[in-house]
Amino acid sequence: MSLLDDGWAFGAEFADPLASLDTSIPDGVDGALLAAYALGLADDALVAAQRMTWWCSRAPELELDLAWANVALDLLGQARPLLVRAATAEPALVPALPAGSPIPAEDALAFFREPAGFRNHRLVEGADADFAQAVVRLLLLSTTRLAVFERLRHSRDQVLAGVAAKGVPELAYHRDLAAQWFLVLAGGTEESRRRTVAAVAALWPLHVEALETHAVEVAAARAGVGADPADVREQVAAVLGPLLETAGVVPPPSGRARPAATGRDGAHTAEFAPLLDEMQSVARAHPMGRW
Amino acid sequence: MAQQTVDTFEGLLARGERIEPGDPMPEAYRSALVRQMAQHAHSEVIGMQPEGAWIGRAPSLRRKAVLLAKVQDEAGHGLYLYAACETLGAQRAELTRLLLAGAQKYSSIFAYPTPSYADVGTIGWLVDGAAIVNQVPLCRTSFGPYARAMVRVCKEESFHQRQGFELLWTMMQGTDVQRALVQESVDRFWWPALMMFGPPDADSAHSAQSMAWGIKRHGNDELRQRFVDMTVPQAEALGVTLPDPDLRWNPERGSHDFGEPDWAEFREVLAGRGPCSTERLAHRQRAHDDGAWVREAARAYAEKSSRVHADTSTIPASVVEPVETRRVAERLTTRSEEKR
Repeated sequence: MSLLDDGWAFGAEFADPLASLDTSIPDGVDGALLAAYALGLADDALVAAQRMTWWCSRAPELELDLAWANVALDLLGQARPLLVRAATAEPALVPALPAGSPIPAEDALAFFREPAGFRNHRLVEGADADFAQAVVRLLLLSTTRLAVFERLRHSRDQVLAGVAAKGVPELAYHRDLAAQWFLVLAGGTEESRRRTVAAVAALWPLHVEALETHAVEVAAARAGVGADPADVREQVAAVLGPLLETAGVVPPPSGRARPAATGRDGAHTAEFAPLLDEMQSVARAHPMGRW
Repeated sequence: MAQQTVDTFEGLLARGERIEPGDPMPEAYRSALVRQMAQHAHSEVIGMQPEGAWIGRAPSLRRKAVLLAKVQDEAGHGLYLYAACETLGAQRAELTRLLLAGAQKYSSIFAYPTPSYADVGTIGWLVDGAAIVNQVPLCRTSFGPYARAMVRVCKEESFHQRQGFELLWTMMQGTDVQRALVQESVDRFWWPALMMFGPPDADSAHSAQSMAWGIKRHGNDELRQRFVDMTVPQAEALGVTLPDPDLRWNPERGSHDFGEPDWAEFREVLAGRGPCSTERLAHRQRAHDDGAWVREAARAYAEKSSRVHADTSTIPASVVEPVETRRVAERLTTRSEEKR
């Protein structure tokens, strides 16, 4: 493109946003386990970002168009190296594409997996019924993910540790943004309060589910590369408890039995397949395409 | 007194100095600026839709991030420009009302559909390219807040243009189907992009007065010519054909000759009868209506908070600081800047 440099109003350069990653697997760690663990964290971020982008041009105020796009960009930025980590730790995870396809592993994973191959929590895959759900979903996601990432900074895996170190301040901002709006909506008008209470009631069971321990997470924690959600439950409760109390919102009792299979097992809600249909449509139409 | 106002205003203009919000200015200058800046702000906000429709379907994660960041920038441009309008006393809520009522316009280009992913690249290359040619002179426009906003807007638009060109360039290295998508998209957007400079100078309602006031620095036809001359070699490098049989180099003028856009179509679009005009305003109206309860809640919360300071003492300080101590908008725009 150098021949065109004179034609641009302000210079020209384009940098690859993916920095080079140290992808060696720590001694004694099973690559398939590391990949499965990274995939769950990647898919949470990818699917949450996909839902959040819906708000771009539809938010209640321009400032919120900007804010939700910011959060989605941060989460996409977390998802990409995590997908690369999964692909390098266990290449068999990456869906097969036609010979000679230029599509990189992160995109093969994002755009060519079937719904059952995704390991995201069900909390992040639902469409927001209204802006109160967007706020509550972000509050629950960012609070738990921040607590997990704070631990992951000390992961024996350099990729996970690096993603976590970069992600912690991002997630602290997401939580702050969501918590502020949570207080505003809970304390604003009767209608905003009613919607906020309804959003907490609807999403709380999925939040409890996201704090359940999965076998992959236990094994990853034991191997020194991951964090067990059970270990962050108290920390999460110490944040959400006072916030909900200040807002005067009571979460529903978590009496529901744990489902046999969750998002971490590839079990998803009815809303998930249509989400993937949209997200994957262009990429799948061009399996030999260059983007 | 009126005489003195005009002298001072004209004195500033004559010395090539910027007019600032507190300076005396004729009412007609003020209203012309509000009209132009509001139309520009509306264009940024409505302009989020044609490309925003593809964020969810972007075919790679890198492209998804690039497109999302771009559409976010457009929201940011809308904010700066509404803020520039506010320096003249025109409030964003009122300007939004005028947009939704059809009393203020937005750029004709956003009334066209985007049926293909290649349109994301074409909008970056041709539409943002035309916008840059239009807007770079506005960095020297006579009204200070507008000129300063445009410096940043132009830098970001230039970035978007390169990204758009780079998408098309990459697609041209791809499959035959991708190359056909690029050509088809360029065919659709070429003429609407030329219309972005407005009607020929002879038919332009506002041009002459805007030039005299230093709001505009160049005529529509001059800028259109500049855009064509800039774009033709780029199209050749890309390997696409521009859909104009009359387009050719004129060695005597040292410029390209080119055909006439369909001005009847342009007038239809400006009158709100473009292919997607109804859809664009309906989308904006729906978002505005759906968000009304959130804006009301924010107002009610701010009023309550100013009366009784909410007790947030039991929440860890790192989780949330009192909302009323910070302006969310300021914080967000600063953050967005850090991402550059």
